[in-house]
Amino acid sequence: MHEINPTVLAEANRVMEICNACRYCEGYCAVFPAMTLHRSFVEADLNHLANLCHNCKACYYACQYAPPHPFGVNVPQTFSLLRDETYRRYAWPCPLARAFERNGTIVSAVTAFVVVAAVVLTATLTAPGVIDRSWIGANAFYRVIPWGVMTGVALVTLGLAVLAITIGGMRFWRESGTVAVTRRAVLSGFHDALTLKNLGGGGQGCNDRDETFSTARRFLHHAMAYGFLACFAATCAAAFEADVMGIPAPYQWFSLPVILGVLGGIGLIIGTSGLVGLKFVTDPAPLAKRLLGVDIALLGLLWLAAVSGMLLLGLRGMSLMPMLLAAHLGLILALFLLLPYSKFVHGLYRTLALIRANIESQ
Amino acid sequence: MFRSVEDVFWDVAVVGGGNAALCAAITAREAGATVVVLEASPRTFRGGNSRHTRNLRAMHDRPDGVLVEYYGEDEYWDDLLRVTGGQTDEHLARMTIRASAGAPAWMAARGVAFQPSLSGTLSLGRTNAFFLGGGKALVNAYFATAERLGVRILYDTEVTAMTLDEGFVRDLKLVSRGFPVTLRARAVIVASGGFQANTSWMRESWGEAADNFIIRGTPYAQGTVLRDLLRQGVAPVGDPTQCHAVAIDARAPKFDGGIVTRLDCVPFSIVVDRDGQRFYDEGEDVWPKRYAIWGRLVAQRPGQIAYSIIDAKAEPLFMPSVFPAIRAGTIDDLACKLGLDPTALQATVATFNAAVVPGVFDSTRLDGCRTETLEPPKTHWARTIDTPPFSGYPLRPGITFTYLGVRVSEQAQVMMNDGRPTTNLWASGEIMAGNILGQGYLAGFGMTIGTVFGRIAGEEAARYARN
Repeated sequence: MHEINPTVLAEANRVMEICNACRYCEGYCAVFPAMTLHRSFVEADLNHLANLCHNCKACYYACQYAPPHPFGVNVPQTFSLLRDETYRRYAWPCPLARAFERNGTIVSAVTAFVVVAAVVLTATLTAPGVIDRSWIGANAFYRVIPWGVMTGVALVTLGLAVLAITIGGMRFWRESGTVAVTRRAVLSGFHDALTLKNLGGGGQGCNDRDETFSTARRFLHHAMAYGFLACFAATCAAAFEADVMGIPAPYQWFSLPVILGVLGGIGLIIGTSGLVGLKFVTDPAPLAKRLLGVDIALLGLLWLAAVSGMLLLGLRGMSLMPMLLAAHLGLILALFLLLPYSKFVHGLYRTLALIRANIESQ
Repeated sequence: MFRSVEDVFWDVAVVGGGNAALCAAITAREAGATVVVLEASPRTFRGGNSRHTRNLRAMHDRPDGVLVEYYGEDEYWDDLLRVTGGQTDEHLARMTIRASAGAPAWMAARGVAFQPSLSGTLSLGRTNAFFLGGGKALVNAYFATAERLGVRILYDTEVTAMTLDEGFVRDLKLVSRGFPVTLRARAVIVASGGFQANTSWMRESWGEAADNFIIRGTPYAQGTVLRDLLRQGVAPVGDPTQCHAVAIDARAPKFDGGIVTRLDCVPFSIVVDRDGQRFYDEGEDVWPKRYAIWGRLVAQRPGQIAYSIIDAKAEPLFMPSVFPAIRAGTIDDLACKLGLDPTALQATVATFNAAVVPGVFDSTRLDGCRTETLEPPKTHWARTIDTPPFSGYPLRPGITFTYLGVRVSEQAQVMMNDGRPTTNLWASGEIMAGNILGQGYLAGFGMTIGTVFGRIAGEEAARYARN
């Protein structure tokens, strides 16, 4: 496994020791109460605390020791850097974990490559005349890309992604230490994750862009995450309709797959656009600027997936459909391939950290 | 062509940028005055000592927000009387205490967020309302509110003098971002803090000992305005050697170390001076009631240095210190590491250990562990120091703020030497806390004084200016 950068780890230890002697920020989020359970910190403690942090930045603006004070405490930036190190450490398999080294570039490059490959392959492997005409009626999509290919590639890549992410999660959990898991802690951990409780700032929101408080980031992330889940649910609904009910795609506007997909797409577009927009106006001081590319690359990929999906829905009756389908599915394939090697993994690590924090605070 | 601050005849000019100044500025602005705040520090250090605070002591007769149970006027007054040893002004104090009841709600309405007190806070949840995020968050909230209300704020702007003419302030001389400015205001509120960061002034009262003091907060508390006012006939209040001082880790930075440099190990330790001798009962009372005297105690020791010595048993009993414990396997080695005479320290520890009477140790209350026939005694939490590793922490006096200030009336109006009030000058915060704090300190009371007198000063100044 990748060795956590010792400078980053040492800095995380240094700031936590200062914070542990101060504790003024303890009402902001789960990190500081969890920190006070220790008198000193080992690597596993710091990795846990870093992943528990939601990067709300309240503790930066409230900190009397933040730069230019000589103590120079910058918790959000320090934890962002440490989190990134942990993503690399726990990713599986190890050779692919290196994707976290130049993640923004790799996510962008893989996306571009896979989308182009999908379009080119679709164009070359289909019979002449297939890709430049419209297709209407049952199984229209599958006349362009066979159902077997679509489903097979999706299941295999998604399955591998789930496996890789699960192994990463297990590595993180094991290294953070053995604890007695209770059902209550698991449920409350999920609750905190699903509500983004730690982006509430104890009631007033977070410091999304500067020292003023807002709930924009929390709302935008909900839009994006629940939009993502709705799109996933749409696919499941479609699979149900097709394989169980025997009704093949494409589906009508007022069908469950389409309604879920539209809501999901809108959520994703609003969420990702808003979060990228925030990145342009937010105060850079508490950020790890080096890692901006990691976030923007995945946000961009999700945005493209959603926009291409909406375009495909809107223009599915036209001759543009075959190319849009290839592009959209290419983007989804890129997403599946990159799930374990992109910012996406923060969801699992943070949820696990929340569960652990809830166990420890009992 | 371009309007500068000099061209405006301000209704109210507020000297300072901390809690007291901002409460005054916001109040004056809400009363309709044009207000300018003159903050000496750069924006990144705005707020003075207030950045390091964490709570405010408020009277309440029933549970109120984050304040649990009740804390009535008489108990509050009693606490103040005890820590000041009677060196206070009962009239002003009771007025402040009564006014404190309305403070949390007023503060919350202007953006300050509160939290229930959670950990390591001297058990203050009943008497003190804790700021979510501490004093810096409070300062941020007030500056944001002030800006939103249209208060003009100047950073890097130091008031060097005020022209005081028979109790009337004609103008203020400032240096603003390197440029000299003469500012005119109808009313002036001084809330520029104490003079603790002014080493040469501190030396006037303390002599060379002042060089060994550590200043817990802002280096901008130079007392320039205070000195200027006192020179021009403003009535002083308080003793120049009096201040809020606590014993902090000697390794703290000279300025601005704040809360993390405090040490809570004293009650569970023995404390020796640089000759290895104990000098005071470390277990006299629970730490919240005693921490404020130890600054002065260490200030009076040779070299203004002392050492808190514990063994392994005491390690988990207090908040972690930001600087590492100095550890050794034997008392001898520890003495060497601390720069103490090993023979002297050995003797002190041995004498102490021999005097310890067996008892039931309880760190959370006044227990029965004490010493017998030992001078000075240790009346609680006395246990033999015998289990390695042994740790030592060097202590120095950490000065929070000085008590010599300007005399004020109940309306926060600054008084002249001849007993008459100034015409257009008010004061709030550390610069006038000496009116109520003759000596000693009560946790959270500084913020109470600043908020109460800030609001009074703001209202009075605005009323005067707009008539």
